[in-house]
Amino acid sequence: MTQASKSHDPITNQLSEVKERVAKVLELAKSLGVDGAEVAMSRQQGLSVSTRMGEVENVEFTNDGGLGITVYREGRKGSASTADLSEQALTKAVTAAVNIAKYTSVDDCSGLADKALLAMNPVDLDLYHPHEISTQEAIELAKSCEESALSVDARAGQSDGASLDTFSGFKVYGNSHGQLVGYPSTRHSLSCVMIANDGDDMERDYAYTVNRDFALLESAESVGKQAAQEVLARLKPQTLATGKVPVLFRADIANTIWGHFISAISGGNLYRKSSFLLDAIGKDVFPNFLNISERPHIAKALASSAFDNEGVLTQDRDIITQGALQSYLLTSYSARKLGLTSTGHAGGIHNWLVDAQGHDGSFDAMLKALGTGLLVTELMGQGVNVVNGDYSRGAAGFWVENGEIAYPVSEITIAGNLAQMFKGIVAVGSDTDLRGSIRTGSILIDEMQIAGH
Amino acid sequence: MNSVEKSLLSDSQIDDDILAKTLKSMMSRQVDYADLYFQASQHETWVLEDGIVKEGSYNIERGVGVRAISGEKTGFAYSDDITPAAIQQAADAAKGIADSGTGATVKAFSRQSPIQVYQSVEPLGSLTQEQKIDLLHQVEAHARQVDSRVTQVIASLSGVYETVLVSASDGTYGTDIRPLVRLNCSVLVEENGKRERASAGGGARTDYSYFFEIAEGDNKPRYLAYAEEAVRQALVNIVAIEAPAGTFPVVLGAGWPGVLLHEAVGHGLEGDFNRKGSSAFSGKVGQKVASELCTIVDDGTLPNRRGSISIDDEGTPGQYNVLIENGILKGYMQDKHNAGLMGVKPTGNGRRESYAHLPMPRMTNTYMLAGESSPEDIIKSVKKGIYAPNFAGGQVDITSGKFVFTSSEAYLIEDGEITTPVKGATLIGNGPEAMKRISMVGNDLKLDGGVGVCGKDGQSIPVGVGQPTLKVDGMTVGGTQ
Repeated sequence: MTQASKSHDPITNQLSEVKERVAKVLELAKSLGVDGAEVAMSRQQGLSVSTRMGEVENVEFTNDGGLGITVYREGRKGSASTADLSEQALTKAVTAAVNIAKYTSVDDCSGLADKALLAMNPVDLDLYHPHEISTQEAIELAKSCEESALSVDARAGQSDGASLDTFSGFKVYGNSHGQLVGYPSTRHSLSCVMIANDGDDMERDYAYTVNRDFALLESAESVGKQAAQEVLARLKPQTLATGKVPVLFRADIANTIWGHFISAISGGNLYRKSSFLLDAIGKDVFPNFLNISERPHIAKALASSAFDNEGVLTQDRDIITQGALQSYLLTSYSARKLGLTSTGHAGGIHNWLVDAQGHDGSFDAMLKALGTGLLVTELMGQGVNVVNGDYSRGAAGFWVENGEIAYPVSEITIAGNLAQMFKGIVAVGSDTDLRGSIRTGSILIDEMQIAGH
Repeated sequence: MNSVEKSLLSDSQIDDDILAKTLKSMMSRQVDYADLYFQASQHETWVLEDGIVKEGSYNIERGVGVRAISGEKTGFAYSDDITPAAIQQAADAAKGIADSGTGATVKAFSRQSPIQVYQSVEPLGSLTQEQKIDLLHQVEAHARQVDSRVTQVIASLSGVYETVLVSASDGTYGTDIRPLVRLNCSVLVEENGKRERASAGGGARTDYSYFFEIAEGDNKPRYLAYAEEAVRQALVNIVAIEAPAGTFPVVLGAGWPGVLLHEAVGHGLEGDFNRKGSSAFSGKVGQKVASELCTIVDDGTLPNRRGSISIDDEGTPGQYNVLIENGILKGYMQDKHNAGLMGVKPTGNGRRESYAHLPMPRMTNTYMLAGESSPEDIIKSVKKGIYAPNFAGGQVDITSGKFVFTSSEAYLIEDGEITTPVKGATLIGNGPEAMKRISMVGNDLKLDGGVGVCGKDGQSIPVGVGQPTLKVDGMTVGGTQ
């Protein structure tokens, strides 16, 4: 897109307008006598269309926005936010934040991020790819996704809906260090939920595609077909006998395992001594073939960001090198509590790349490596305790015998301890799922406890 | 005019005529039903950690949602700008769902006076800022005083003051003021290098004075009881041994373990899933879906409860609905749209997270009525099993009926006695099967303390659960031994 056409784009125009408003809100806070202030404002507009069994179900015009302000006065902090963006509401929010800062306590660790860490001129990460689509076109796309799903097998004869969602919006962040930055972004997705019946058994499953660039979405036909195949494979599940077996987490749910690791090395849990990975920098957390790197600036990627929620510049970073922990995930506050420096993780991580050289392989190769054991394709519930690493979740998937899928299983639990599960990783597949913030293949763990019949 | 109408409508120069005109404008197409939902809320949170009040926040939300229904189709648009022009713009977008033609007649508004199941109080101002902070300090001091192994305390207080106004083409016109308060205490205990965290708390649709009251059957104010309960649970868990793996008889305690009902049957009985035939309970009204010991209700009318509603978000008064009576499925929970398509009446379960979300059938307070067994006899009847009096939360796949919930406090039962505490574990079952395996129901019905949050399709709303002590003959327990 050329510069000239960009200036006619409504979002780009709104972006500069919003930057001015953020600057004004910061001025207002300053005039009320604060030492520091930071303001984040976002706006998102979109269209969300769903169809079910070939008929339109919902057409939703989304239009969300909000402003959050945090002020600091003599070491005390106050915050306010508003989804109502009228002048009156903004003034009320600023006043409320300033008022709150009269009552909170002095906290030596609170305050804006250190000025030297800020992204004053952030790079453009190519995250904005608007796509004009009429309601009718969106409906047709959702319908063709369902049609494709319904044509696979008579047992998958019920759709629970296909939906097409497209959003464009922007984020602006400013603070009293003089930082005022923002960027537009888009997000498009298409998903399909299918129900299949066989006798008394009824199962559901889904498939989806998501991208910042509409043109890079998978086709409606392939999403529909995949949803049908997923649900068909689940029909007539069995439970398993209680026992210890090797477990393969399929790539699309493997990110949950890394998610628990993220939680365990996040500053908030570390300074509260609420993690099983305290004082683990430099220590072997994973087997030595495992590397995890963070790449925040990948063009068009879903978790790319040039700065974090505190304006801190994001940078390429090694998280795990040869199995050993290289970095915690810190905000300014948690960094000060730990006597360290912010790593730019206010608001979460930015594109993780998981690599297991010499211990990887295609999905089929991973099944072979599993041999006889459990392939997990769905997890249920929240049974993870990051304080001590205890893990116990509901699961569904497939029993695998000698590297071949034998039959679907459900109504079982898998349990273990994360510290041992991490060390017990035998391989990470090259069947990488690119749809999330963590680019990982399937994960094979040597042994977990199954509870079943 | 009441205060809700004044703040949501007349301060924005909107009156009955504009509401009626907007609704009528949507009937230029084949719209069966349309509604306008105005909402404003203020929300505050105060957090104390490590002896200091670290965070205070204040949130404002205000807007209008416009919905048009045509057969099974719904058009929806919303705006954070409550002005006649913005409402008309949203209405024009929403009605686009319907084909051209003529819609339903817009009926004259009939202002309802539903029974108020909570007081129209504004909780945020019910304590001064100094008193709120003092309350948090007292929670912390008490938790530390209870046991020296407490090394960290996080106490948080939050209050919501929400006003809503619904006007619809079927003549519905209702307003509601919904207060909601919550206090929580989370502690970390350390002993011999081991650490455990636990939390306890509660809340209700009232103001902050709730936390200074003494709950029935207790001898201290709630804020002190929460602190003690958090410490007690953490100390139980720090000595807990590995939980067993396999299928065992499970005795669930009274109160919050009612999350079982919320997951195992509640979601599966929501009208939308049953209209679409996607629930494991679809088409089963009149059939036996649970043991005859089970009578389960969803009750929006309990005074001041977290899940209660004077009117739902479509203006239907909250109701007491029997879902399952002596094991027989009696009916589903409905909003107007799904009730209309299924040819039944709405049940006061049409709820939404905010003006920016579509209403759908949701639970209010879901609980099982008391049975006849004493809790002691229930425990005595188990030779080897699990007693689980506290849970972290759960999840269900409404189509297959598989559900999980994760214990946060559990014990072994050996030869009819509660013995050793075991670590938190996930329990998994199939809703309809698990309900049929309920073999004893206690006489000690209890409701939860007011902490429930239910998520569906990305929308979170406050709910309540409850049950007496009950025994499920076999459930899969996800331990490690």
